[in-house]
Amino acid sequence: MRAAYLTASTVVAALSLVSAGQLQAQTTTSDAGQRLATVNRDPYPSTYVPRPAQLTALIGATVLDGAGGMIENGTIIMSDGKIMSVGTDVDIPAGATMVNANGKWVTSGIIDIHSHIGIGPVPNTGASGDVNETTSPNTAQVWAEHAVWPQDPAFGRAIAGGVTTQHISVGSANLFGGRTVVVKNVPARTTQGMKFPGAKQGVKMACGENPKRVYGDKSGPSTRMASFAGYREAWYDALQYQYDWDLYDAKVQQGDPAAKPPKRDLKKETLALALSGDILVQMHCYRADEMALVLDMAKEFGYHVATFHHAVEAYKIADLLAEAGTCGAMWSDWWGFKLESFDGIRENIALVDAAENGCAIVHSDSNVGIQILNQEAAKSMAAGNRMGLGITKGEAWQWLSLNPARALQIDEQTGSLEAGKMADVVIWDGDPFSVYTRAERVYIDGALTYDRNDPNRQFLSDFEVGYVEHGDLR
Amino acid sequence: MRTLLVLTAALVWSFAANADSIAIINGTVHTVADGSVLNNATVVIEDDKIVAVGVDVYVPIGAIVIDAGGRPVTPGLMNVVTKMGLLEVGQVSGADDYTSVGAPFSAGFDVSAGLNPDSVLIPVTRVDGVTRAVTVPSAFGSVFWGLGAIVHLGTGTGLGDDMVVKARAAQYAGFGGRAADAMGGTRGGLAVFMRQAFDDALHYDANRRNFDQNRTRDYVLHQLDLDALVPVLEGDIPLVVTVNRASDMRVLVGLAEEYNIRMVFSSAREAWKVADDLAAAEIGVIIDPSNNLPTSFDNVYATLDNAKRLYDAGVKIAIATTSFNDYNNPRNVTQIAGVGVANGLPFDAALAAITRNPAELFGVDDEYGTLEVGKDADVVVWEGDPLEVTVLPTDVIIKGKVMPLDSRQIRLRDRYRDLSDPEPMQFR
Repeated sequence: MRAAYLTASTVVAALSLVSAGQLQAQTTTSDAGQRLATVNRDPYPSTYVPRPAQLTALIGATVLDGAGGMIENGTIIMSDGKIMSVGTDVDIPAGATMVNANGKWVTSGIIDIHSHIGIGPVPNTGASGDVNETTSPNTAQVWAEHAVWPQDPAFGRAIAGGVTTQHISVGSANLFGGRTVVVKNVPARTTQGMKFPGAKQGVKMACGENPKRVYGDKSGPSTRMASFAGYREAWYDALQYQYDWDLYDAKVQQGDPAAKPPKRDLKKETLALALSGDILVQMHCYRADEMALVLDMAKEFGYHVATFHHAVEAYKIADLLAEAGTCGAMWSDWWGFKLESFDGIRENIALVDAAENGCAIVHSDSNVGIQILNQEAAKSMAAGNRMGLGITKGEAWQWLSLNPARALQIDEQTGSLEAGKMADVVIWDGDPFSVYTRAERVYIDGALTYDRNDPNRQFLSDFEVGYVEHGDLR
Repeated sequence: MRTLLVLTAALVWSFAANADSIAIINGTVHTVADGSVLNNATVVIEDDKIVAVGVDVYVPIGAIVIDAGGRPVTPGLMNVVTKMGLLEVGQVSGADDYTSVGAPFSAGFDVSAGLNPDSVLIPVTRVDGVTRAVTVPSAFGSVFWGLGAIVHLGTGTGLGDDMVVKARAAQYAGFGGRAADAMGGTRGGLAVFMRQAFDDALHYDANRRNFDQNRTRDYVLHQLDLDALVPVLEGDIPLVVTVNRASDMRVLVGLAEEYNIRMVFSSAREAWKVADDLAAAEIGVIIDPSNNLPTSFDNVYATLDNAKRLYDAGVKIAIATTSFNDYNNPRNVTQIAGVGVANGLPFDAALAAITRNPAELFGVDDEYGTLEVGKDADVVVWEGDPLEVTVLPTDVIIKGKVMPLDSRQIRLRDRYRDLSDPEPMQFR
C-alpha cells in the first residue's frame, strides 16, 4: 500500500520547494482520507447482511480451491458463513448438514471482474441503460452504484453460472468513466444491500477507439494523442487538488484560524483517491503499445493500474504486465469486432498466465458470457495446453477466482476456499471445464443462494413476475 | 496424423499422380444420416466426394490415410448465421459489407455479389471445423434484408477463389419490435406491408410485360426487390425471418400458410411457446441455445430450454451464432450446441443441428450435411467430443481437400510465444 502518511510540516516543506506547476509524483503519497477528513467517504454504505447459513459439510467432491489447488475426494466445512476447513482428512463437526458431493466438483465462487449487469440491464432499452455517461470524456464524478438496478434478471442467470461476486463497471466511452462497484451476487431490494462490504471502488478508464469514436465529432479526443493529453491533464488537476487539500490540512494543523477548505470537486476527488490507492484503477485497453504507454503514465503520476480490461493484445506484453503487477482481464476468444481487437488470439489468457508472476483473469463483459465463464476458462486452458503450457485445472480456476479477487483487493475475504474466507462456493454436477456441466448449488457467505433443483432457490426478478413463475425460465 | 500408406514405392508413385484419394480410418464416425455411429469405421474420399463409409471398407491404394485413432469423425459443420466474406473487421467502414443502409432497394440486396474469399476470418473459422456457412445480410432499417448465400470455407487452399456454393439461397426479413420501426413502429403496419409486398411481387410476376411498358399499378417495393421475392413466393427459396416474440411467430405462420412460403425463423427465442404450431407448419428454426435473457420485450420468455422444447415438439432446429456479438466467432457454434445438450437437447440432435438440418433448411442436403456416399467431402476429425469447449479438430477436409491447420491467429501466437527471444517480432 502506497498511501504513506506525511506530516503536515513535511507537506508544507515539500510544497515550499516546488510550485504547483512543478508538482512531483512523490507529493501525491499523502493520505487522501486524512486530508479529506471532513468528507464522508462512504455515503452509500453497504447494508449487505449474509443470509442465515447452516453449518454445512460438502463431502466427497473434486475440489478446485481457486488458489491453484485441486483435491480429489475432498471435504469442505462451512460454518457461520465462512470456510472452516478444506481437505481430504477433516473433522466433520457435530450437527453439520451433510451434502453428499460424490462425483460432483466443488469450486470457489466465480468473480466476474467486468460486468455491466444492473447498469446495462435487460430488457435493454434507452430507459434502462446507464452504462456510459457520454456527455464528457471525463466523468470521474459519476458512480456505477447510483444506477445499478438490483432487479436486473441477469443477476439470476449469472448465479446459475456459479458467479458469486461481480465488479460492475462503468462503460468505456470516456477517458475517465466514473467509479465502479463490487457487489455480491445476492438477491436484494437495494444496491446497498448487494455491495461487497469494505471493497474499494474502482475508477474506470478507457484507451483507444471508444473515446475517439464517441467524442471525435464533439469536444474530442479525436486521437489517441488527445486521449493521453486528457488523462495527463486530469491527473495534474488531481495533483493540484491534493496539493490544495494538503495545504489546507497543514494550515489547520498549524492552528491557522484563516484556513479555508478548498471547494470540493467530485471529479478530481475520484482521481485524487485513485492516486492515493484508495480507489483502484481499472482500465479498458486493447492494444499492447497503448498498455505499455499507460504503464509509463502510471509511473509518471505514481499510481498503480490494477487491471487492464479486455487486453486483447496482452500476450504481446505479458512480461511488462507481470513486471508492473498489473492483471489482464480478458475474453477467451472474442476478437475482430473492431480494429483494436483484430489481433486477438485464443492463447491470450494462457500466455498472460504463463509469464512469471503473471495475473490472468477471465472476464465476461456480457450477460450471456457471465453464465458460462467456466467454459471460457476451459477454452483458454485447452488453447494453452495445445501449445504446451501444461496448465492444470486448479491453475486455470484461479483465472475465475483468486486472480480477480487480487485485482479487486478482496482476496483477503474471498476468491479461494481457504479457512476464514467467505464461504462463496459452487457445487457443479461434473467437471466445470466441460460444456455439459452446470452449477447445481451456489452458496454465498455459506447461505444457499441458488439451487438448480429447487425453483424457490432461483431468482425471479420483479421484472419477471407476472410473466413467468419460479423455475419456468432459466 | 497424416501418413502415406506405403505399400510399394512404385504403387504410391503411380497412383498419387492421378487420384486424390483420402481415407480416414479407425474413426468413430457420426454419419448424421440416421443417427447411427460407426465404430472403427473408414470414410473414403475421392476428388471432392465421399465414395465409401463403413466398417468393411477398403482403403484405396495410394490414398492419403488419416488415422483417427478411434476419435470422432463428423461432417464439416455448417453455421447458417455468419458474415463470412462480408465482414473482415467490425466497426471499420469498408471492411463490413453486411448491412445495406440507404440503398434504394432491400430484398434485392445480394450478398453473393460482394464476397471476399481472402478474408482472414475464413481460415480462423475453418480450423475449428466449420466448413460451410450461410452469409447473411442484415438491414435493420427495412422489412426485407436481401438475399443470403451459401458458401464453403475452403478458399485459398487450391479450391479456387469462388466461395459461393449457392447464391441467392434465401431471402431475409425481420419481424418484431425493432423491425416494426421500418414501418412506422407498429407490428400491424409491418404485417400489412409484408402482405402488400407479397401481393405486389405476385402481381409483378404475372404482369412483367405490362411492368416493362409502365402499365402496372404502383408497387411498395423496387423492381429489384420484387424480382428477389418471386422465388420466395414460388417456394424455391426460404424466407428466413429474424423474429423472437411468440405472437409475431403466430402472425408469420399465418402468412406462410396464406402465401405458401417456406419460412424459417431465426433467433426465435420464444419459439418454444409456439412449438406445436411450428411443427405442424413445418417451419424450421435457427437458434442460439445460450440466449436466455429477456433482452427486449420481444423475448421476455427466452430460456435455456428453448432447444429441448422445440426438439421435443418435432421442430427442425439449426443451431447458429445468431448474436451480433458472435459475428467474428461463428466457430463457437459447437459451444452453443453443447449448451443445448447441457440443457436437454440430445447429442445427436445437436450434431444434426449444425450439419444435416441446416443443409435441409437451405435446400443443399443433396450435396452436403451427412457422411454418405455421393455427398461433398466435408469431413472433420476431432480431438474428442466435437461439442466440448476443450476440443478442436485434428483434420479438416473441405470438398476433398485437406485444409492447412493455419490461420492469422495461429501465426500471431507463434510470433509472440517467446518474448525473451531478442529477434524483433517484425523479423519473425
